[in-house]
Amino acid sequence: MCMTCGCGTGETRVEGAEHVHTHTHPDGTTHSHVHDHAHDAHDHAHEPPHEHVHTHADGTTHSHTHAHPHEHSHDEGSGAPHTHADGTTHSHPHEHPHEHPHEHGAGHLHYGIGAAGASAPGMTQSRMVQIERDILAKNDSLAQRNRAALARRGIFALNLVSSPGSGKTTLLVRTIEQLAGRLPVSVIEGDQQTTFDADRIRATGAPAIQINTGKGCHLDAAMVETALARLAPADDSVLMIENVGNLVCPAGFDLGEAHKVVVLSVTEGEDKPLKYPDMFYAASLMLLNKVDLLPHLSFDVERCIGNARRINPGIEIIQVSATTGEGMGDWLTWLEHGARAARLQQH
Amino acid sequence: MHEMSLAESVREIVEETARSSGARRVAAVRLEIGKLALVEIEAMRFAFDVVKRGSLADTARLEIVETDGTAWCMRCSEPVLIAQRGDACPRCESYQLQVTGGDRMRVMDIEIE
Repeated sequence: MCMTCGCGTGETRVEGAEHVHTHTHPDGTTHSHVHDHAHDAHDHAHEPPHEHVHTHADGTTHSHTHAHPHEHSHDEGSGAPHTHADGTTHSHPHEHPHEHPHEHGAGHLHYGIGAAGASAPGMTQSRMVQIERDILAKNDSLAQRNRAALARRGIFALNLVSSPGSGKTTLLVRTIEQLAGRLPVSVIEGDQQTTFDADRIRATGAPAIQINTGKGCHLDAAMVETALARLAPADDSVLMIENVGNLVCPAGFDLGEAHKVVVLSVTEGEDKPLKYPDMFYAASLMLLNKVDLLPHLSFDVERCIGNARRINPGIEIIQVSATTGEGMGDWLTWLEHGARAARLQQH
Repeated sequence: MHEMSLAESVREIVEETARSSGARRVAAVRLEIGKLALVEIEAMRFAFDVVKRGSLADTARLEIVETDGTAWCMRCSEPVLIAQRGDACPRCESYQLQVTGGDRMRVMDIEIE
């Protein structure tokens, strides 16, 4: 009997609707378990996936996924069907990181891969517990929460990524100045140390908050969630998240942004998209910055654009110079389009 | 070195599962890492060795199963293997490829005692 939800003395399960199996605990110990019935999607612990049917007192049937941190109580060696307090019957794929090897009706062990098969009552044994969870699952779910919170308020959020020294902050300052009176902008600044960048943004009058990652090489969704709570950006505004200068690590960490925007300056070399393909693949827009310096360099713009498109055929590209203002109009138009869409899709 | 924070996520997932399973220790951790998954395997091993200290996985051995990067070549209409994003089709040398696999990183299972 489950101490938490009152479910009964085991589980009747149907695998692919043709085989019914029950929990059997050879050692007959009593476990107590907690069900997470939040019905989120979880990785399945079985291969191939099969469905389980829980029998509930009122006899209803439903299908759901749930996490099973299974410290559940089973009456002495019963192996009887799992019954819930409300008594419904449901079938669901679920995760089974629980410690006891239990026998199924068809005679197979849940975690009977390897050592658990040779179980002897009372003896320590090692067991396999299947997890199959994405390493980034926690970050991704926090990012989704950020994304939903931003969408509700019509905020257009961008994650700006680049190498150190690409001119991101100068470009941001110019962007904020030129959008003044048209579109409110707030900024989350990520750097390992110092508040220099946030100070530069605040000097324009725009709200900004600095995140110092210390030894960290990228921002993550939890940091952005904390920063958002403090920054409290205005509804229907633009949020710029200036990531730590790094073309590698930030590629894998979703922050909840609408788009990643990669800033590449012409002083860096046209082969950067090929050297750091993951970042250019993840970005929706490439800003090719410092184009005012082109006359002094041997930078091949067409080759650079070709390289970026080879990695990401759909990437948009705008050539800009924060210093001379060249191309700034196109960039501001792109921003205003995005902001308008975010406002219209507000929910 | 984002492998350090990935390794911390691994430790969190492992400890959470091990605790709810009543484990005294974790003997082994098995990861699946795709060749396109932004992870340097050696950096991950190093990072996990650092972050596992003092956890239930303190003495756990780390097994990493590497999966191939796969893509669909639009021109060949065939699945092909690639070593990284941006690679050309090994058959026709086109860059019109859609990655179809090998970009995941997951904790597959753990062995507990």
